[in-house]
Amino acid sequence: MAKLRQAAIYGKGGIGKSTTTQNLVAALAESGKKVMIVGCDPKADSTRLILHAKAQNSVMELAAEAGSVEDLELEDVMSVGYGGIKCVESGGPEPGVGCAGRGVITAINFLEEEGAYTDDLDFVFYDVLGDVVCGGFAMPIRENKAQEIYIVCSGEMMAMYAANNIGKGIVKYANSGGVRLAGLICNSRNTDREDELIMELARRMGTTMIHFIPRDNVVQHAEIRRMTVIEYDPTAKQADEYRALANKIVNNKNFVIPTPVTMDELEELLMAFGIMEAEDTSIIGKTAAELAAEAAAA
Amino acid sequence: MAALTREETEALIQEVLEVYPEKAKKDRAKHLMVNDKELESSKKCITSNRKSLPGVMTMRGCAYAGSKGVLWGPIKDVISISHGPIGCGQYSRAGRRNYYIGTSGVDSFCEMNFTSDFQEKDIVFGGDKKLAKLINEIEGLFPLNKGISIQSECPVGLIGDDIEAVAKKAAKELNKPVVPVRCEGFRGVSQSLGHHIANDSVRDWIITNRDGHPFEKTPYDVAILGDYNVGGDAWASRILLEEMGLRVVAQWSGDGTLAEMENTPFVKLNLLHCYRSMNYISRYMEEKYNIPWIEYNFFGPSKIKESLRKIASFFDDKIKEGAERVIEKYTPSMEAVIAKYKPRLQGKKVMLYVGGLRPRHTVGAYEDLGMEVVGAGYEFAHNDDYDRTIKEMGDATLIYDDVTGYEFEEFVKAIKPDLIGSGIKEKYVFHKMGVPFRQLHSWDYSGPYHGYDGFAVFARDMDMTLNNPCWNMMQTPWQEKPAKSLLKDPLLKAA
Repeated sequence: MAKLRQAAIYGKGGIGKSTTTQNLVAALAESGKKVMIVGCDPKADSTRLILHAKAQNSVMELAAEAGSVEDLELEDVMSVGYGGIKCVESGGPEPGVGCAGRGVITAINFLEEEGAYTDDLDFVFYDVLGDVVCGGFAMPIRENKAQEIYIVCSGEMMAMYAANNIGKGIVKYANSGGVRLAGLICNSRNTDREDELIMELARRMGTTMIHFIPRDNVVQHAEIRRMTVIEYDPTAKQADEYRALANKIVNNKNFVIPTPVTMDELEELLMAFGIMEAEDTSIIGKTAAELAAEAAAA
Repeated sequence: MAALTREETEALIQEVLEVYPEKAKKDRAKHLMVNDKELESSKKCITSNRKSLPGVMTMRGCAYAGSKGVLWGPIKDVISISHGPIGCGQYSRAGRRNYYIGTSGVDSFCEMNFTSDFQEKDIVFGGDKKLAKLINEIEGLFPLNKGISIQSECPVGLIGDDIEAVAKKAAKELNKPVVPVRCEGFRGVSQSLGHHIANDSVRDWIITNRDGHPFEKTPYDVAILGDYNVGGDAWASRILLEEMGLRVVAQWSGDGTLAEMENTPFVKLNLLHCYRSMNYISRYMEEKYNIPWIEYNFFGPSKIKESLRKIASFFDDKIKEGAERVIEKYTPSMEAVIAKYKPRLQGKKVMLYVGGLRPRHTVGAYEDLGMEVVGAGYEFAHNDDYDRTIKEMGDATLIYDDVTGYEFEEFVKAIKPDLIGSGIKEKYVFHKMGVPFRQLHSWDYSGPYHGYDGFAVFARDMDMTLNNPCWNMMQTPWQEKPAKSLLKDPLLKAA
C-alpha cells in the first residue's frame, strides 16, 4: 500500500476551493482511492457536496455542546459520503468572535489523537479558509501534516495576488518543515489568455499550472443538488476535467519551495497581459479640482 | 558612608557586566548606576521601564498582576473576575496580605478567586457569553457585592472579546458598576502598565459616578491613596491622620470600598503613599476636581514627622496643632523603640530590591535605627521614581533597575550587606548564601510597617532577622575541618 499523501488547498476567498476540492476528491474516490477531507474553515462548507448535507456537524461545534473536545469520539465528528470519502469539519465561531485559528488547531490535534489518519487512507485533503492569516490556518502545513500544497487561482488580479502571498507563507514553512508547493490549479473565470497568464505566474513562482479547469455550468447544476459533478453527471465533459486533475495529482512529483515574485514583477506581468494599465504617477495625490484645473490649462 | 567607594562601586558594575554578551552588556549597563546626590535628574544615569532581556531571570510581573493583584484586588466589596484560563486567578489568590474588615464570601471578596476558567471552546467561540453568565451567577450567589471588575488575561486580548459590551449591559441590568479592565499580561514591560490601566479604568468607570450627588463635606476631608493595607499598614496610617483631626474619606485600595472610591472627588486633599501605582488617578483628580495631592512617607518616625507636618501645612492651625500633638504623643514610645533596637542594629548595611516605592521610602526608617541602605533598586520604577531615589540614598551607593538574578547575587557577594530586603523569589537564594533577609513586599507574614505602630514592628522584625542566632550555624558539620585526632586515626588513613 502506498504511503498516505496529505495535501492542502489554499486560495483567495470565493475562488472555488471547496468546489474544486470536493470534485477532485470525488474523482479520486471514483478511481478507487481512499480519501479524507478535513475542512479548515469556520463556515464548515467543505464537505457538503460529498455528504449531500447543508453543513456537517463540526468538531468545535460538537465539542462546545459536549463540554470539551476530550468528551468527543471520532465517530461523532466523522461522516462518510460519496465513494467512501471520510469527511470532517473543524468548524469554529461565527464571524467577529473568538479565534477560528485555534479551532483548526484543536480539531486537527483531535483527529491525530483519535487516530483518524488510518493506514488504509491514500489521501487527506485540507480545505483551508482564504489565506494563511495566522498560525491556526497554517496548522495543516506544519510538520507531519500536509506536505503538498495546491493553490486555486484564476486570471483575476486579486486571485493572483493572493496566490503569490500564499506562496510567501509556504516559503516560511518550507524552510522549517517539509511542505512544498505542488502547483497552481486554475479555476477559470474566462478572462483573456487566462491559461497563459497562470502558466507564466506558475513558472515565475517555480511551479506549474497543474491543470486548467474550464468554466462549466454543470458545476452549478450539481451544486444546487449538493453533489459533485462526478456523482451528478459522470458523463459530463467537466467530470473528465476533474478526473484529469485527479490523475495529474496522483502522478505529481513536482514539489518545490516556491519563489514568490515581488509586487513590481507581478504588476509587470499583469501589464504584459493587459490586465493592468501602466501606472500614471503624475496623478498621485492630486484632487479632482486640481486635475480639472490641469486639464483646463492643457 | 556607602559600603564601597565610588570607584569601587563603578568597578563592581563593570566587573559584573563582563560576563554578558556584547548586546546584553550594553543594555544592562544603562540600568545600573552609582548614586550621586547632587544630580538633578536620573535621566542621564539610569534607564528604567524598558523591556527585560530574555534569559536574565527578571523578577517582574505582568499587567494583569499590576491591575488585579495590586489595585483592584484589595477593594473588598468589589468582585474582581480573572477572565481567562484558571491559572492567573488561582495563583494570585489571597497571596498579598492586604487585610480587610468584613466577612469573606458575604460582603468581602479579596481572598476569593472568581474566574471564567477558559476552556478550548471559549477560546474558539469567544468568552463573552460565559462572562455574562458568570456575572449573573455572581450576583445571585454574592448579592452584597457592590460592583464587579473584569480583569482580562492574555487570551481575551488575543481573541478580541468585547468585554466592554458585556460590562455595559451587565451594569445596566444590575444597576451597579461593572468595569472592564484591559490588563492582558502581554501588554507593557512589567506590572507597572497594569497599575496605569487600572487607574484609567477607575477614571473611566468609577470616579465620576457620584458627580453632582449630595455629600456632607468637612474642611478636613482627605483620602489615602496607594496604601494596600499589607499587614494592616493603612490602619496604622489612618489612626494618625484621624488623631490629628482629619477625616479619612477613602482608603485606596487596601480595606477600601467602592463607595469610598466614588466619594473621593469630594475630598480636600489626596494623600499619596505609593506614587508609582496611583499617581495617575491623583493627577486626574487634580485636573478634573482641582484636588491637590501630596506624596507622604509613613516609614519610620523621622519621615512620619516630616510627612505629618507637610500634610498639616494644607490645613488650618487646628490640624497643624493636631500634627504636633500626634508627634509629641508618639515621640516617647518611638524613642524607646530606638533605644532598644538601635544598639543592636547600628551601622548595619542593607540592600533593597522591591517594586516601585519601598526601596526609597524605607530608607528613613532604616536610618532611624542607625542602619544604612547601601544598595537599592526597583522592579518596575520609572525615572521619576529614580529622581526621588537619588535624594534619599547616600553618595556612591549602588542603584540597580530591573536587576537580574545574576547581578543581584554578585552585588551581594561584593557589597556583603548585613540584611537584604526583597521578595519571595529572592528570599531563599540569599538564605542559602547565609544572608539575613526580610520580605519587603508582604512583610514576611508580619506588619504593619507603616505609622508609629508599624515602626515598632519593623524595628523588631529587622532585629530578630538580622541578629537571629541561626546565622552563626550556617557551616554544615561535615564541611568543618576534621579534628586533628581524627586525621591521625590509622583506620581512617587506611580507608
